[in-house]
Amino acid sequence: MNARNDTLLYLDGVSVSFDGFKAIDNLSLVVRHNELQAIIGPNGAGKTTMMDIITGKTRPNEGEVYFDGSVDLTRLDEAAIAELGIGRKFQKPTVFESHTVRDNLELALKKPRGVFSAWFYHADDEDETRLDEILETVRLTHRQHNLAANLSHGQKQWLEIGMLLAQDPKLLLVDEPVAGMTDAETVETAKLLKAISQTRSVMVVEHDMSFIRDLAARVTVLAEGSVLAQGSLDHVSADPRVVESYLGR
Amino acid sequence: MITRTLFRAFDGKANWVVALLAVIAVLVPLSNLALPVGHPLRVPDHFVPLFGKYLTYAMLALALDLVWGYCGILSLGHGAFFALGGYAMGMYLMRQIGDRGVYANPVLPDFMVFLNYDALPWYWHGFDMFWFAAIVAIVAPAVLAFVFGWFAFRSRVTGVYLSIITQAMTYALLLAFFRNDMGFGGNNGLTDFKDILGFPIQASTTRAALFAASAIALALCFIVCSAVVNSKLGKVLVATRDAESRTRFLGYRVDNYKLFAFTASAIMAGIAGALYVPQVGIINPGEFAPANSIEIVIWTAVGGRGTLVGPIIGAILVNAGKSWFTGVFPEFWLFALGGLFVAVTIFLPKGIVGAFTGGWSALKARRISARAEQGSDIAPEPSPAE
Repeated sequence: MNARNDTLLYLDGVSVSFDGFKAIDNLSLVVRHNELQAIIGPNGAGKTTMMDIITGKTRPNEGEVYFDGSVDLTRLDEAAIAELGIGRKFQKPTVFESHTVRDNLELALKKPRGVFSAWFYHADDEDETRLDEILETVRLTHRQHNLAANLSHGQKQWLEIGMLLAQDPKLLLVDEPVAGMTDAETVETAKLLKAISQTRSVMVVEHDMSFIRDLAARVTVLAEGSVLAQGSLDHVSADPRVVESYLGR
Repeated sequence: MITRTLFRAFDGKANWVVALLAVIAVLVPLSNLALPVGHPLRVPDHFVPLFGKYLTYAMLALALDLVWGYCGILSLGHGAFFALGGYAMGMYLMRQIGDRGVYANPVLPDFMVFLNYDALPWYWHGFDMFWFAAIVAIVAPAVLAFVFGWFAFRSRVTGVYLSIITQAMTYALLLAFFRNDMGFGGNNGLTDFKDILGFPIQASTTRAALFAASAIALALCFIVCSAVVNSKLGKVLVATRDAESRTRFLGYRVDNYKLFAFTASAIMAGIAGALYVPQVGIINPGEFAPANSIEIVIWTAVGGRGTLVGPIIGAILVNAGKSWFTGVFPEFWLFALGGLFVAVTIFLPKGIVGAFTGGWSALKARRISARAEQGSDIAPEPSPAE
């Protein structure tokens, strides 16, 4: 098993089916350390299901899923996987609406997750500084005391990215981060994700081709639950199968 | 660390509530005992145990609110924890009767003599000691809640399904406690209590002390709840209520948080039940009735769930209303209660307290925006009518 040793995420021959429908079919994929990887593919290609498998929400019927070369993710639950250092941003922005922006980040901040450590938790100066930094990064400093429910769609997306940063994960799974964002915000998001991938790995699922181009990342095309093509954006968009199954439509 | 967390419990509102409860705990018994009968400021005798009962209901509603209002677990079986605490206290009070019962058996309570028991069942041992009964009043509801919650939350039962099984839990206990051979007095329950800790239970001094104890216990529960909801733990509970799977993906073990809230809530409900029984003088399986548990939900909804003051206000108001209503139009009370629930759900979805604070912040927001429209941050001078 040397092949998976220097990978951060390693999927080999993963399949899962729901009521006979194969959502993921013999999927093999690798994410390296400090790599930014973009996943594209038509609706129903299994992108979200793949993230569900990685984060422990769905168990695969067969195949191997390893994190950091040695941790078998198929045996762990969501909380344990999150604690290992896999953070996830959902397709539909999911923030805690009845908490303030700052409290949302505080909840995400990497700290012991037990009941009693939460009860007796008190944010020290270091934590406050970290929260200030993240608020600055995601440009929500001026709204930090507002309820998250009152943010615009784009701001919620950024808050969720901020929560990912606060979690300090090794791998970020980012599902459609620029949906509902203006062009300027999209460009900023691409910059932010590129900056993040200097120190950790990021897997982005997105449909926005100009955004993918901005990311300048390795692209994996999924179709019908398995990898159709891999390489640079120019390389995969020249692939006739990709054009047929996804880009051409 | 712990002191800091406790200290955080005392925000502005909590200070007022705790101070008010402390004043009530002193003044009501004092006025009842010290002032002469007929004095206009004297709290009448019948009022002391009645209001004491409301305070235990308030504790029960507060306990429910911790799981429902803050954690989103709609328990329709909280009456079970209350009743278990009540039975523990009732067993102690039964043992206190001694040979003063109708059958004058020094060890066996009357109903056991009547049912031809020749010895005390094993689980009745130890209840001649107050401390033992007090521990059981806390431990029994806690164990039930822990075991129930362990299975329910692990298997990720949520929403209406969870509500239904909590209802089934209390109904099962109702049926069990109705049986004579359970050894808890069957459908008559436990009653005819004589004294508590050696003090006659009917005496006005004892009643005043029980009243004060109820007010203090309510204040302590309030402080604990406040320390929970004002901490990061409380934020995680609310996060679980609003977006459970998101909370899980942040790395929180949501089941443990729910289990904590559910067990803590059951303990508070058990203490409330233990304080309730000596003040009303009886505990019977009727306390396990599903309808009782639904009433607790109504008190909490009326007062305002998701606030700590709301359930207290709701429980006292609804029960004061019930006492008055059942005196004047006894046959219409259930219709009034049902109507109240419907009206609150439609017109005051956040309850009385929610409506007040919501109205207040809406008013403030309107004033601020009016000021912003005028282009100045200075409050406009009140101008005389034109």
